[in-house]
Amino acid sequence: MLTLTQLDKVYKTGTFGTSDLHAVRQVSLDVQRGEVVSLIGESGSGKSTIGKMVLHLLDSTGGTITFDGRDVTKLGFRARRDYYRKVQGVFQDPFSSFNPIFKVDRTFETLRQSYFPKVSGSEWRSRLDDALAAVTLEPDDILGKFPHQLSGGQLQRLLIARALLLDIELLVADEIISMLDASTRIDVLNLLGELKARGLGILFVTHDLSLGNYVSDRVVILYKGRIVERGDTTAVFDDPLHPYTRDLLASVPHLDRTWEEVEAEEAGRAARLAGRCLYHEAVAAQGRSLGEEAASAEGSGSGEVPDGVGLVEYAPGHFVGCFRKAAEEPCPAGS
Amino acid sequence: MRKENGMTATQPITGPVTEASEQPGATGSPSGGRKPGGDARETLYFALRNPKVIIGMVVVLGFLLLGLLGPAFLRYAPMDYAGPPMAPPSADFPFGTTTFGQDVFAQFVAGLRSTFLVGLLGGGVSAVIGMTIGFVAGYRGGLIDELLNMLTNVVLVIPGFVVLIIINAYLGVRSVPMQALYIGVFSWPWVARAVRAQTLSLRSRDFIDLARLSGVGVGTILRREVAPNMYSYLFMTFVLLFGGSILTAASLDFIGLGPTNAMSLGLMMNQAVQWSALHLGLWWWFIPPGLGITLIVGSLYIMNVGLDEVFNPKLREM
Repeated sequence: MLTLTQLDKVYKTGTFGTSDLHAVRQVSLDVQRGEVVSLIGESGSGKSTIGKMVLHLLDSTGGTITFDGRDVTKLGFRARRDYYRKVQGVFQDPFSSFNPIFKVDRTFETLRQSYFPKVSGSEWRSRLDDALAAVTLEPDDILGKFPHQLSGGQLQRLLIARALLLDIELLVADEIISMLDASTRIDVLNLLGELKARGLGILFVTHDLSLGNYVSDRVVILYKGRIVERGDTTAVFDDPLHPYTRDLLASVPHLDRTWEEVEAEEAGRAARLAGRCLYHEAVAAQGRSLGEEAASAEGSGSGEVPDGVGLVEYAPGHFVGCFRKAAEEPCPAGS
Repeated sequence: MRKENGMTATQPITGPVTEASEQPGATGSPSGGRKPGGDARETLYFALRNPKVIIGMVVVLGFLLLGLLGPAFLRYAPMDYAGPPMAPPSADFPFGTTTFGQDVFAQFVAGLRSTFLVGLLGGGVSAVIGMTIGFVAGYRGGLIDELLNMLTNVVLVIPGFVVLIIINAYLGVRSVPMQALYIGVFSWPWVARAVRAQTLSLRSRDFIDLARLSGVGVGTILRREVAPNMYSYLFMTFVLLFGGSILTAASLDFIGLGPTNAMSLGLMMNQAVQWSALHLGLWWWFIPPGLGITLIVGSLYIMNVGLDEVFNPKLREM
C-alpha cells in the first residue's frame, strides 16, 4: 500500500549551507494493509523524519513515496487534503498535540469543518461517540475539557479517535507510547492491534525494541539514517545479523534470561560473523560489480544505489545491509 | 450551563489534573458548552467576571465617552477666550483657565478625541503591519522570512522620529489622522520581530502539524491555532503601540509639528510649558492632560493583565 523507494533527506548545515547532513539515506520499505511495520532506531537515526516525510510535514530530498500505486512525493494543497483522508498521524507528545488554550473538542471540530462540513450536528455526534468508543473512552468524561485536565493516555487515545473519524487506511504512529505511563501503554498497544485487525496499515516509529517486538509484523532497524536490517519480526529478533542490531538486542534486559546467557549467545554470534560482511559477500557471490548493486538490492530496478547503502536478502524476507555502522566507516570485511 | 462551565474551569485548582479527569459528574450535560461559538461566549463570560478587565475597561471607556460626547455639552470651544485668565478650577470652569482665559476642560475634552484617534489609528496601523509580517515570516520561513526580516531590520534602523520630523515639515500635512498614519508606518518593526519569534516557537508544536494533517490552509492555521496562543501578547503589543503613538504625537506637538487645526493632550502640555504654567503654579493646566495620558495607558495595561487570565485557561483564578 505504502512504498518508500530510496528516500533521502538532506539538511543543509553550516554557514551558507555549505555542508550536508544526511538525516535519511536511501530508505526503501513498504507497509501493507493489516500490517504493523516498526521503524526502530536510536535518537537521530531518522525514524521520525521518515514518519514526517510520509505525512508530508517535511519535504523529501530524493526518492519517491507511493501510496496505492500513486506517486505522492510532491503534492499540492488539494491533493494533500485528499491524501490526509487516508493517511493520518499520531505524535509522541500528547500534551503538545492539543492547543492548550482550547477544549479538546476543537480538534474534532477542525476536522469536521475541513472534511465534513455537510454532516449534521447529531450525525457527527454519533460518529464521534463511535470513534471514542473504539478507543474505549467515555464521551462525557472527555468532551468539554481542556487538555491539561486529561491524562496523557486519554489524550493519546483521543488523537487515535480523531484519525479514525477519517476512515483512514494508514496510520503513522510516531513514538506514541513513549510518553505514557506503563499502565496505559498496553491499552494503546492493544488498540493498535485492533486497528490492524480492521485492515489498517500502521507505521510504528519507536526506539523501544520490546514494543516493536510485541506489536509489529515486520521491523526496520535504522542507524544514522540508513536501514541496516529489515525483515519479519521473528526473523530479525531470533537471528540478528547486523552488528548494530546485535548490540541493540544484547542490551535489552530479559525476564527469563540472565545477562551471562545473553552475552554468551551474542559472543557466539559475534565469533561466527567477525570480520565478515554478509552484504558484500552476497554481492560478490552474485558476481556483480558494485555499480550493479541497484538491481540486487530488492529489485528496485532503475536508480543507482551508492556503495554500501543497499540491502541483500539473506534469508527469505530478511534483508541486511553492509556491516559497517556509520556510512563513513569502512566495511569490516575490508572491501 | 454557565455554572457547569465555571466548574470545569475550577478543577485544576481544586485537585491534581489526573483527579479532575476522573470525576465523571463534573462535565454536566453532554451538549453543554460544546456548540460552535461556545468558546467566544465563554471568553466573554470570563472577561466580564475579571476585576482587572472591568476596571481597565471602565476607565478607558469613560475617557472615550467623555471625548466623544463631551463637546456637545460645552459652552466654549477649546481656543475661545472664555473667561478670566489663570483662574483656578471653579464651578464655571471645572479645570480652570489658561493664561489667556481659555477653558482647560474644553481643551482637555477636545484633546482626548485626537489622543484616542492618534492612539487607535497609529497603534492599529503599526499592529496590522507588524503582525502580518511577523506571522508570515515566522510561519513560512525560508526566503520569505529572509526578505521580510531584511525589510524589518531596515525600517528598524531608520531613525523614525527624525523621518517623522522631515515628513511633517516637508509635506506640511498637519491633520491628526495623517500624523497618526506616519507614526504607525514607522513603529511596527519591533512588533514584527517579536511576533515572528513567537510564531517560530509555536510553529514547531505538534498541534500545528495536527492542524496541517486536518487539511487546513496556512491562513486558517495562523488565525485559529497560532494567533489565539498569543492573544494577550498581541493585545499588550497594541497597548504599547497605542501608548507609544500618543507619546510620539505629544513629542511632535511639543516641537511645533503638531496638528494646526486641532487640540491634543500633548499640545496642551506643550503650551503649558511654553507659557510657564509650572513657574506660575497653574497646576490645573498641565496635570489633567498628563494624568489623562497616564490613566489611559495604565488602564490598558491593567486590562491586558486581566485578559491574559481570560485567554489562558490555566491562569483563571475562579
